[in-house]
Amino acid sequence: MSWDMNWLLDDFFMRAILGGLGIALIAGPLGCFIVWRRMAYFGETMAHAALLGIALSLLMDIFPVSGVFLISLCIATLLYWLEHLDRLSTDTLLGILSHASLSIGLITLGFMTWLRIDIMSLLFGDILSIGRQDLLIIWGGGALVLLLLLSHWQSLLASTISPDIASAEGLPVKRANLLFIFLIALVIAVAMKLIGVLLITSLLIIPAATARQFSLSPEAMAIMAAIMAALAVYLGLQSSLQWDSQPGPSIVLSAFMLFLISLALGPSVQKLLKKNRN
Amino acid sequence: MAENPSSLINAKAISVLADGKSLLDNVTINVKRGEIVTIIGPNGGGKTTLIKSLLGLRPISDGSIHRCPDLKIGYVPQKLAIDRTLPLTVKRLMSLTQKSTKTEILKAMNETGIAHKLHDSVHTLSGGEMQRVLLARALVRKPTLLVLDEPVQGVDYVGELALYRLIEEIRDRHQCGILLVSHDLHMVMRASNHVICLNTHICCEGKPAQVEQSHSYRQLFGQKSLQTMVPYSHHHSHSHDPLDADILQEGDCSCGHNHDHENDHGTDPQSDEKETRP
Repeated sequence: MSWDMNWLLDDFFMRAILGGLGIALIAGPLGCFIVWRRMAYFGETMAHAALLGIALSLLMDIFPVSGVFLISLCIATLLYWLEHLDRLSTDTLLGILSHASLSIGLITLGFMTWLRIDIMSLLFGDILSIGRQDLLIIWGGGALVLLLLLSHWQSLLASTISPDIASAEGLPVKRANLLFIFLIALVIAVAMKLIGVLLITSLLIIPAATARQFSLSPEAMAIMAAIMAALAVYLGLQSSLQWDSQPGPSIVLSAFMLFLISLALGPSVQKLLKKNRN
Repeated sequence: MAENPSSLINAKAISVLADGKSLLDNVTINVKRGEIVTIIGPNGGGKTTLIKSLLGLRPISDGSIHRCPDLKIGYVPQKLAIDRTLPLTVKRLMSLTQKSTKTEILKAMNETGIAHKLHDSVHTLSGGEMQRVLLARALVRKPTLLVLDEPVQGVDYVGELALYRLIEEIRDRHQCGILLVSHDLHMVMRASNHVICLNTHICCEGKPAQVEQSHSYRQLFGQKSLQTMVPYSHHHSHSHDPLDADILQEGDCSCGHNHDHENDHGTDPQSDEKETRP
């Protein structure tokens, strides 16, 4: 490789790293809430719906990020409505909606023969093609998510721990729940390009689960999850550069490795933390 | 009564309808400062619905609720199921809905005798310890109205007695109103200023002794209520709600075979319910 090539490589690689870190910083804390509320499958369903969102925004010629965001919200509303019909369990409904929306998305994209669409990059992400505009969306959207998360932290956390206590004592539980869904939709819309619809939830859940082993408070876990997600993104991108592996799956694999390490180190770290505090 | 300055919450003739079924019918209830009001009644009798309506968590179909302007609610739920992935110490739980200083937290925890658990994880608490923590958490808010939903669930006999004594102490010390929900019969009575026996409508109400004597109370609770007053006497089931296993059980016991009625029903409320219905 010549000098010029190296410089170029650094540039798109830098953009990938910056974009990845932006996503990691919001995916960590939000992922904690998904794990605490046992809504992993819900996140998965919304992510799958994102493919349909892409298809529709291409069809209607609107901005993909907003299309994905809107469709994710539609699926969440549909789910809410179906839950209230009370005919099937949430688990089953999620399974139905998740795969139905994924299939409709794939079929719609397949029919749009006039467009050359790389389905693989939609499913598994295309982080190395991140442009300046994408970076702007990621950091802008990320800042919005972080701001909303921080300003509603108390009601979000209280309604996660006990919706009954929170609403009895006057916290806006309904608003917190709506905001939560809104934030998931936003993160999925922003992160889609980075890691693809099939792998997005892993970046939400695995760093949170890793952080659990190292934290004694919800706040510490949220910060730790952001750090773990950032580390996973960095290690994943580096290894994909090193061994020419696919970047999206490499990020997930790094997150998984960190998780395995946390399982091994967890107990002794917890003991150490408790000793330091007392 | 709404003008009475000591009245904290005053509901007049409220009714709640859901899916054409009446959950509450013409219920009037008033809670004043320094007073323990206890709601007892069978499962499905509308106790939780009444509490939710009073707290404003559930719309009412008819009637009116007047809340005193400086009403501040401290809510103690039946139980708190926190996902183990959520790291939470007792200390952090204490400021769930409101920030408090460490001195305030310790004061409230000393009051309920649980201060030594300040740094423990909530996942390691026993049922009784958890109830004391939840009580302290509600107290630290300095509520004008303390709402306790079946506070002795999962607490043994001795713990139950101690907990009721504690609730009485809290009323006397803080001069707050206390709204207590219980399926428990005789023990809760002693501490109460006013008992409301609820089975969709108010079956009877008044001072504990009056309620215990009342005809409809005995109809509702059958043998169990008499157990606290007089030795065994044969009577038939007059259950308002024949579907309620607990009540039917009482009726079944009194008609037919000979049961060991020397057994104190208070020691283990589960023991009556273990037998299956024919």
